[in-house]
Amino acid sequence: MSAIPKEEYIYKCTSACAGCSSSLCLRYVLKAAGPDSVLVVPACCTSVIQGIYPATAMNVPVYNVAFAAAAACASGMSEAFAATGKETNVIVYAGDGGTVDIGIQSLSGAFERGTNFLYICYDNEAYGNTGMQRSGSTPIGARTTTTPGGKPTPKKDLDRIVEAHNPPYMATACSAYPLDLYKKVRKALSIKGPKFIHILAPCPPGWRYPTEKTVEMGKLAVKTGVWVLYEREFGKLTINGPSKAAMRKPEPLEDYISGQGRFKNLSPETLNLMRQQVEQNIQRLAREEEGIC
Amino acid sequence: MLTIATGNRAVAEAVKAAKPGVIAAYPITPQTEIVEQIADYVTTGDLDSRYIPVESEHSAMAACIGASVGGVRTFTATSSHGLLYMHEMIHWAAGGRLPIVMANVNRALGPGWNTWAEHTDAFSQRDTGWLQVYVGTVQEAYDATLMAFRIAEDERVLLPVMVNLDGFSLSHITQSLETEEIGDFLPPYHLPHAIDTENPRGYGPMTGPDNYYRFRWDIERSMRDARDVIAEVESEFADRFGRSYGPTEEYRCEDADVVVIALGTFGKEAEVAVDRLRDEGIRAGSMRLRWFRPFPDLDLSGREVVVIDRDYSFGFGGVVAHSIRAKTGIEPYSVIAGLGGQEVTYNDIADFVRGRRPGEETWFGVNDHV
Repeated sequence: MSAIPKEEYIYKCTSACAGCSSSLCLRYVLKAAGPDSVLVVPACCTSVIQGIYPATAMNVPVYNVAFAAAAACASGMSEAFAATGKETNVIVYAGDGGTVDIGIQSLSGAFERGTNFLYICYDNEAYGNTGMQRSGSTPIGARTTTTPGGKPTPKKDLDRIVEAHNPPYMATACSAYPLDLYKKVRKALSIKGPKFIHILAPCPPGWRYPTEKTVEMGKLAVKTGVWVLYEREFGKLTINGPSKAAMRKPEPLEDYISGQGRFKNLSPETLNLMRQQVEQNIQRLAREEEGIC
Repeated sequence: MLTIATGNRAVAEAVKAAKPGVIAAYPITPQTEIVEQIADYVTTGDLDSRYIPVESEHSAMAACIGASVGGVRTFTATSSHGLLYMHEMIHWAAGGRLPIVMANVNRALGPGWNTWAEHTDAFSQRDTGWLQVYVGTVQEAYDATLMAFRIAEDERVLLPVMVNLDGFSLSHITQSLETEEIGDFLPPYHLPHAIDTENPRGYGPMTGPDNYYRFRWDIERSMRDARDVIAEVESEFADRFGRSYGPTEEYRCEDADVVVIALGTFGKEAEVAVDRLRDEGIRAGSMRLRWFRPFPDLDLSGREVVVIDRDYSFGFGGVVAHSIRAKTGIEPYSVIAGLGGQEVTYNDIADFVRGRRPGEETWFGVNDHV
């Protein structure tokens, strides 16, 4: 793997919140993708982060599109580039609300059609742009402005939905592991067809932790097994190094929960449910990697 | 080449001649025949185009938006609920200044389910920044679709165009059709703001109160310029192919005391009514409104006007009648007729004229005196 390029495609003048991990991720996504790339961005934090007309913080073309429409818009763009012989990367960069909720129909359609593009969902587990309302990706127990008593139902398993479309490449990533993300974007863009990367992107104002803990929060998500880093290439699962270690000996779930205000006053029953979900997910992935399931 | 075709087939033939780079397709009655026919052209190689069989109309327009800004000519077709489902993206296409062409086969809206002709679907999109033309014959469906690409892609316009044809009463009826070798009538697609990674730009970012209205004004400025562009393109089309069109199609209007205004197939039906009325000594004429956006300047001074609306704005009135009233100051006799495919014959239209009461509104089949 060559060194990460020095070129920047997202400048330092963004409108991101302090400690924003999604803009950090975007920086590495674009370094991996390079200048012959287009971002398609539905309504999400990145709609704001990129800057306000006539200024922009971006050094690649960014096509902003309506909330539900990103994957479909990218489908059209990808076909137009194919029709004109261009090899330009078409990359959707969408939040969790625009992916697991309002955008899931167009996501599913684009994957079923075999669209040649990379869809990246950066997941801060709520509607961040509008001030932290619950999304389908919000975990059980998390307090948001529309679940002030804690979300009663678990996080939607987006990855298994995407997996059901049998894409040639899909992966998870986390903002605390930028080199891993960089490599995954490079690999994804080397493959033709619909590719998917799901990034866990901790959010200081939404998750209610101090801004300087953004990297630590991402590491804890992986080390506790809440978030598992893996790749699935042409159906073959590989669990990545940091998660392999975590699966052998996970750190206590409480270490991840206790640092976040959104999980304040979590009931022991909910904590137990979370623990069960984490264990079930790890076991399912471990069995798949070993070829048992 | 002279052939016979349905309205839907004529649209598909025009699309084949226009050679879009990308076509997004989703079925809906009574439009489906258009996207089926285009799928055949693409499969057999008669049309070298990328065909995206999307999962919804919202995605159909989104895909056209991505393809159009990606640098190729695009087309889609829809109807009724499909048009409404893509409403958000219809605004986006115009705001993005993308010369997408769409055929809309006019159809009523549920509930109850009704697949017959009505104009409420397209009128609900009248404020989106799309140009709208309504056609009355199979030949006109072909000609208007071809011209739509040329008008939309003109740099003075750069707005999308919706070609409207009545469900079943035009989409599924058969008439003669002259297809053309169009030569260079359509120049290669060129979008000044197409995506260019060598010149990266932001498209549709956050735009504050200091600037947003400037983009809105620019749409209106182009809409006004579009009147000249439409006239130029229709004139060139007439020179090249021998069929001339204008903002309206007038029939025996020169000396008419009373003019019937309607859109689509009712406008053609009104011509027969006019002949009947003339036989009775009533000096009637027909003015079929073709372009609805931009709305044409009409000279109706000194005439009585009967407007047939195949639509309704609840709590207000017929959309066309109101437009005529607002634009000309004339108080028309407003007839609401043909909703959801309600049968309206030329005899009925002649009756509307005979029983006209300027300034009043009548619902055909509801009010006793009709």
